[in-house]
Amino acid sequence: MKCQQCEKQAVFHITELETGEVREVHLCEDHARAYLNQSGAAEGGEGTSQPTGGALSVGQTADDLATLDRKACPMCGITFFEFRNQGRLGCAHDYVHFEKELEPLISNIHGSTQHAGRTPVREADAAGGALPAATDQFTAVIGLRREMQDAIACEDYEGAREHRDAIRGVEEHWLGGNVRGASQPRRDGARDET
Amino acid sequence: MGRASRVATGPAMRLDTLAGDVGEWLRGTGPESDIVMSSRVRLARNVAHYPFVSRMSETDRGEVERFLRERIATSPAGSDLEYIDVGRLEEIDRQFLVERQLISREHAEAQGARGVAIDGREQVSLMINEEDHLRIQCMHSGLDLRGAWEQIRSVDEQIGRVVPYAFHDRWGFLTACPTNVGTGIRVSVMLHLPALVITRQIDKVFRSLHKLSLAVRGLYGEGSQAMGDFYQISNQTTLGRTEEEFVEQVGDVVPVLIDYERRARKFLVRETQQNVHDQVSRAFGILRTAQTITAEETMQLLSRVRMGVLLGLIGDVNLADLNSLLVRTQPAHLQKLRGVELDTKDRNIERARYLRRHLEGGPPQN
Ligand SMILES: [Zn+2]
Ligand SMILES: [Zn+2]
Repeated sequence: MKCQQCEKQAVFHITELETGEVREVHLCEDHARAYLNQSGAAEGGEGTSQPTGGALSVGQTADDLATLDRKACPMCGITFFEFRNQGRLGCAHDYVHFEKELEPLISNIHGSTQHAGRTPVREADAAGGALPAATDQFTAVIGLRREMQDAIACEDYEGAREHRDAIRGVEEHWLGGNVRGASQPRRDGARDET
Repeated sequence: MGRASRVATGPAMRLDTLAGDVGEWLRGTGPESDIVMSSRVRLARNVAHYPFVSRMSETDRGEVERFLRERIATSPAGSDLEYIDVGRLEEIDRQFLVERQLISREHAEAQGARGVAIDGREQVSLMINEEDHLRIQCMHSGLDLRGAWEQIRSVDEQIGRVVPYAFHDRWGFLTACPTNVGTGIRVSVMLHLPALVITRQIDKVFRSLHKLSLAVRGLYGEGSQAMGDFYQISNQTTLGRTEEEFVEQVGDVVPVLIDYERRARKFLVRETQQNVHDQVSRAFGILRTAQTITAEETMQLLSRVRMGVLLGLIGDVNLADLNSLLVRTQPAHLQKLRGVELDTKDRNIERARYLRRHLEGGPPQN
C-alpha cells in the first residue's frame, strides 16, 4: 500500500478514533512522524509528550491516554499504543485484554458489538468444553512461548524447559489428541451436523 | 495425506502448465456473465495458539505455515488442493498468482514463510500467513454468490474441525484487524460496467452504494482508479449479521446494477449507434494492429471490445477468449507464455504481437 501523501510504501497504519467516526490513515515513516507530531501538538494541552494521533473517546485526559497506551497484552506483549499505530492487533487475547478499549472502535466500524454468525464446527465434545474456554487455553501458549524465550535469553534453562513442557502439554491435549483424532475418519466429505 | 505437499518441490513447473489455461472464474459463463465477471467470498481465520501475523517471530511464522499446511492436507477439503510454497517462488511466479487472483498483492510482496493451497479448477484458494494466518477464498464465474458461499462454508467447516480457530462468543472469529472481526467474511462481485462509465453515471451509482455501506474498488488499477471499467463491489462490515445476510447484502444490489448497465448499453445503441460502433471498432482495430502496447491501454481497449461483442457490433470473437486475454496480456502471464523474462519495452512489443495473433484469425489457442 502506498503512503497517502507520497509515492513511498506506507508502513504506518493509523486508526483514528474521533467522536463518532473511525478513519484509517496510511503513511510512510516520514509522513507518519510529521502527522503524529502535528496531531500530538494540536491536543497536547496537558503537557504530554506522547504523540497520540487522535483522541480515543470523549472525556479522556492525556494522562489516561498515556496510561492506556502503555497497557500491554500479557500474552503477545503488544501495547495499545502499538496497536493504534499499526492498526493490527497482536494476538487473539487482545480482544479479551483490550475489550473495553476496542468496544467503541468496533461499534463504530460495524455498528454492532455482538457476533451473530457461525461458530466453529468441531466434533461433539472434542474440545472438552465451551469453545471460548478452549481459545483461552490456546492463547496462554503464546505467553508461555514468550516466557520460554526470555528464560533462554537469561540462560535459565531449567525455567525454559518447564515452559516448553507446559506448551507441549497444552498442544498435545488440544491438538494432538481430540482435534486431530476427530478429523481422521471423514474422508468421504460427509457431514453429520444437524 | 498427500497431494498437498507435492508441488513444493517444483512449483514453477506447475505454474507453467497453468499459464496455458485460465481459471474457472474467467470461463465467461454463469448467470449474468455479460456483466458479472465473477463472484467471490473470502473468510479470514486465525489459529488461537500463535500471535497474529504482524507480531510473529520468524520461528512462529514457519511453525504456523507448517501447522496449517499439514492440517489442511489431512482434512477432507485438502485432498483436492495443491500447495505452493509462495515464500520460495521467484517474483515472476508470485506476480503470476496475483494476476490470476489466487493470492493478494500483499501476500506476494510479504516476507518469510507463506503459501497458498489451490484446487485444480482455481475456484478455491487458501492463503497461509497473509494479513491473517488463513484466508480462504472461493471464486465462481458469473453471478453465483450462493454457490461460492456454499462451497467456502464447507471448506471452512472441514478445516475448522482440525484447526483451533481463534474465536470469542461476543466478537466471533478473531482477526488481526478489527475491521474483519466477527464473521471474517468479505463477499464481492466483479462487474464490467463500460456503459455506465461512458454515459457518466458511474459516480452517481457508487455514491448510492456507499450509502448502503458497500465498498467499490477498481479491479486492476492501483487504489480506487479502475482500469478497463471493471469494478468490485463488496460488504464493508463483518460483525452483527449472519454470513448469509452479508451474502444477501451484496447479492441484493447486483440485479439493480445489472439493470442500470443494461439500460445504459441500450441507450448507447439507440441514441449514439454510430458513435459507439465507431468507438468499439477503433478499439478492436488498435488491438489487431498495434506494434507495441501497454497493459493499461490493452485493458481499456479489451473492455470496449467486450462491450462491442455483447452489443452485437463485433462478430467472430467470443467472450471466453476476451476474458482470457484480459489475464494473459498481463506482465507475468506474457513472460510465462513466451518462456523468457522481458523488460517493459519488450513486454509491450510481445503483448502487441500476442494480441495480433489471437485477434486476427480465429480464437486464441494458447
Ligand atoms: Zn509519505
Ligand atoms: Zn496479545
